[in-house]
Amino acid sequence: MSLFLIVALPFLGSLLPGLMNSAGRQACAGMTFMVSLLAFVGLMSHVPAVFAGEVIIARVNWLPSLGLNFTLMLDALGFFFAFLILGIGLLIIAYARSYLSRDDNMAEFFTYLLLFQGAMVGIVLSDNILLLLIFWELTSLSSFLLIGYWKHLPEGRQGARMALAVTGMGGMAMIAGMLILGQIVGSYDLSVILQNRDLIQADPLYVPALLLILTGCFTKSAQFPFHFWLPHAMAAPTPVSAYLHSATMVKAGIFLMARMWPVLSGTPEWVMIVTTVGLITMVLGAVIALFKHDLKALLAFSTVSHLGLITMLLGTGTAFGAMAAVFHILNHATFKAALFMCAGIIDHEAHTRDIRRLGGLRHLMPVTFVIATLAALSMAGVPLLNGFLSKEMMLEETLNTTLYGMPWLVPALATIGALFSAAYSFRLIGHTFLGPKREDYPAQPHDPGAGMWLSPAILVVLVVAIGVAPFLAEPFVRLVTGAVLGDVLELPTAHLKIWHGLVPPLYMSLVAIAGALIILALFRPLLRLWDAVPRPEAKVIFDHIIAGAVALARGVIRPLHDGAFTRYGAIMALTVLAAGYYAWETGTSMPAARGLEMPAAVSIAGWLMLVAAAAAMVFLHRNRLLSLILIAIVGLMVSLGFVYLSAPDLAMTQITVEVVTIILLLLALNFLPNRTPMESSVLRRVRDGSIAAAVGLGATGMTYYYLLRDAVAAPISQFHLANAYKGGGGTNVVNVILVDFRGFDTYGEVIVLGIAALLIYALTETLLSSPVRARLLNRKPDQPRSGDMHPTMMVVLTRVIMPVALMVGFYIYLRGHNEPGGGFIAGLIVSIAVVMQYMASGYNWASARQRYPYHGIIGSGALVAGLTGIGSWFVNKSFLTSDFSYVRIPPFDKFELATAALFDLGVFLGVVGAVMLILDSYSRLARRAHMTESEHAMDINPSRQSQVPNAGGEV
Amino acid sequence: MPGGKYNMEFLVATAVGVLTAAGLYLVLRLRTFPVIMGTSLLTYAVNVFLFASGQLTIGAPPILQEGVETYTDPLPQALVLTAIVISFGMTAVVVMIALGAYLGSDDDHVDDRAGDDTPQPQAQGDQA
Repeated sequence: MSLFLIVALPFLGSLLPGLMNSAGRQACAGMTFMVSLLAFVGLMSHVPAVFAGEVIIARVNWLPSLGLNFTLMLDALGFFFAFLILGIGLLIIAYARSYLSRDDNMAEFFTYLLLFQGAMVGIVLSDNILLLLIFWELTSLSSFLLIGYWKHLPEGRQGARMALAVTGMGGMAMIAGMLILGQIVGSYDLSVILQNRDLIQADPLYVPALLLILTGCFTKSAQFPFHFWLPHAMAAPTPVSAYLHSATMVKAGIFLMARMWPVLSGTPEWVMIVTTVGLITMVLGAVIALFKHDLKALLAFSTVSHLGLITMLLGTGTAFGAMAAVFHILNHATFKAALFMCAGIIDHEAHTRDIRRLGGLRHLMPVTFVIATLAALSMAGVPLLNGFLSKEMMLEETLNTTLYGMPWLVPALATIGALFSAAYSFRLIGHTFLGPKREDYPAQPHDPGAGMWLSPAILVVLVVAIGVAPFLAEPFVRLVTGAVLGDVLELPTAHLKIWHGLVPPLYMSLVAIAGALIILALFRPLLRLWDAVPRPEAKVIFDHIIAGAVALARGVIRPLHDGAFTRYGAIMALTVLAAGYYAWETGTSMPAARGLEMPAAVSIAGWLMLVAAAAAMVFLHRNRLLSLILIAIVGLMVSLGFVYLSAPDLAMTQITVEVVTIILLLLALNFLPNRTPMESSVLRRVRDGSIAAAVGLGATGMTYYYLLRDAVAAPISQFHLANAYKGGGGTNVVNVILVDFRGFDTYGEVIVLGIAALLIYALTETLLSSPVRARLLNRKPDQPRSGDMHPTMMVVLTRVIMPVALMVGFYIYLRGHNEPGGGFIAGLIVSIAVVMQYMASGYNWASARQRYPYHGIIGSGALVAGLTGIGSWFVNKSFLTSDFSYVRIPPFDKFELATAALFDLGVFLGVVGAVMLILDSYSRLARRAHMTESEHAMDINPSRQSQVPNAGGEV
Repeated sequence: MPGGKYNMEFLVATAVGVLTAAGLYLVLRLRTFPVIMGTSLLTYAVNVFLFASGQLTIGAPPILQEGVETYTDPLPQALVLTAIVISFGMTAVVVMIALGAYLGSDDDHVDDRAGDDTPQPQAQGDQA
């Protein structure tokens, strides 16, 4: 099966549980299981190639210019982790089916689980480190959802937040580290990076990159001092803890260290940092775990400890250490996932996970007892179980490791770690299952159905099988170790076996197990001592740091961001001004290169009117109707300016938009106060005036400077001018740009306009279904209504003009490709023609004759434009490539048929629909506010027999 | 360059400046309506500036004709054309939001009162 499919299957499959939810829980879990199984089978189909030592690569270029390609790679290491993720995933899904109660939304759980699974598989199969980072962040996000799955529990929410904060922060560091690595090598492909060990280690940026990447790994794999999030993530449902926090996600950091091992390891910095951190984590986690009373907390700290062990082994930088690490990853995944599931069973049946309330369960839950005991003994490192084998290898490796010039340090600490590890394992067995049966369990415990114990049982079978017959696992472990080592070091010659003879590691093991038994015997006094010693509480420290960060952010933001819009406006204007001034001061300036003749008198007159209108707006804006008239003058002058300065299309657009804008503002003003009261103090007005004047001067200066100089680089417009007719078939270059060269932009903009119209429609609907509706209905007009609301002259005139206006619109649309015009302008003209009918003849009359809903017109516009674009796919051109030809039908002149005209039709429809829906929504508000309108177009119509009662008008 | 500094470019540049200043002053007012008027003026200023970035040309519209060699820059025109239409749509949205806020709360101030973080309970159906 294609590697892409293996990664994609869980993501695609994550849609299914939601769809299957109504089909029942069985179907929901079954579907999830099938998806995982399919991916698992797909992975297995690569077994022959992987075991033959091949590396399978699948590649699709995504953003090659950024070095970001969708490249997947399957080698033994990736296979190993993908096998763990998918294999244990299957067991977890089966287990979760029985574990989740009827109140839990199973579809939601399995959706998150599959998302997580896909992201994990993506990490281990990525060949591109940027792609890997994307999957890495996806695991953080999906694990956040999984940890916080029980949203009603505050611990769940806090734990999820903490996990996201810590791993997300690590992810940021990792991104930086990976980018440095990519810069050093010049490629973001892992397969290339892994070949460049010497280049990377000789680079001065090696140490920063190493520190950043290790920060990412340590946060993900819960290494000291970032270990604290893992125990808090235990608020998650137990299947999540078993899956994410023992077998997969926390191993992602380990995986990455193993993946990067050939290029990053072996330097003094690597050995020092990784070994030290691993060693501290191992001992600290083991000691804390012993004194935890919550079964899952105990297991969480034990996981921290074992992850430390693996990290330390990778840190030593030897081939044997790498082999021991690989072996322990496998062993830990089997026994720890089984133990988590057993903890879940106990919680499920006894309704408590507190070891102090348990004991004697071996009589009540014999099956669980056997499974949990075997797994725990493996964790303790007891012979004939797989944990023993890798622990022996670990102890042997420590004997060859010297830190800080003290050869005894690492072996001694490792033995202490192993001792506490055995102690908490024994405590887990002893205090939970052994001892007398009690009478005060919260619920009467009994063994669950096979659905729950089968999954851990399968894992424990593996625990025993590997423990008794390690040679079964040896070829696989050697293969994976080979993939970790790359071609840097030779595979170690050592073999996995139970009996190595009377060698030091055996004595260290014996010391650890004997010491563990002594500690367990002295547990009560030791616990009292532990409780008496004050310890820093990680959560409190974390909460303080977060609170500090929040306070700092508030301190910065509050003075700027206090809810006053005017303040933001002023701050922003001044910032822009300062930035512009800085750019001006530091940049280089060129001499003026151009300048037109002295302007004609007519343009000075236009300028005067524009400036006068704008200035009048400032002083007279309190009269809102007057300010509408003034802004119309400004718009008119701008349009005339466009005409004068060779932009006929712009002029036509501006003037038509002006008309609809004014109508819209008039409709709005109907409901708003007619005057703006004088509120601001003189000081404030002076302040605002100064800011405005300064920014205005800046804008003048910038524009003037810019206009007198040629562009720094040659503009691309020559291309448009040269190709408009040749390639686009039109002589109106602006229109050809709109419908052809930049057609995709235009397409987007028509859709944006449509969305704006729908938004306004939705807002109107919301307003009209809220208490506002009652107020609108009760509202009295603040000005006397006209006596003759629909004057005969106007009605007649608009009806006569209507066909003419439509014809003009059609003409403007048709000629747009070669002369000023086009879909935008034609759409606006037609809208104005229709709006005139509404204004003259009344809303009821006009809308009764409007047969096409405006929503539909917007949609058909988007559809026509989109289909035109898609049409070019059928002739193997890219989206929106236009085509044209000339036809001649006698007796007409030769004329042009272009697909661009079809696209422009879409633009036209989109604009008409959007503008009309917007104005229609506004007038719907107004319609509610007045008395019911007459259904007749004219209030006074001589041809009608009976006059409407209020024909005389009311005041 | 007869007329020294007082050429066509100067007229356009000062027009942009005046529109910006007037627009910004109105944006800094306290009620929604003048703020909307101000943003409209700013829109004119920005559109004219964008348009002018193609350099000013008189009597050379970008309509291809036989025998004509010089045309003005068509690209800024195309960009500004859609900008004009889009800004109409955006103005309409903002006006509707302002209208909804005013009709819902009988208040058309743009500023939240300082320290007024908690949303005030809406007086339901006050007169209806």
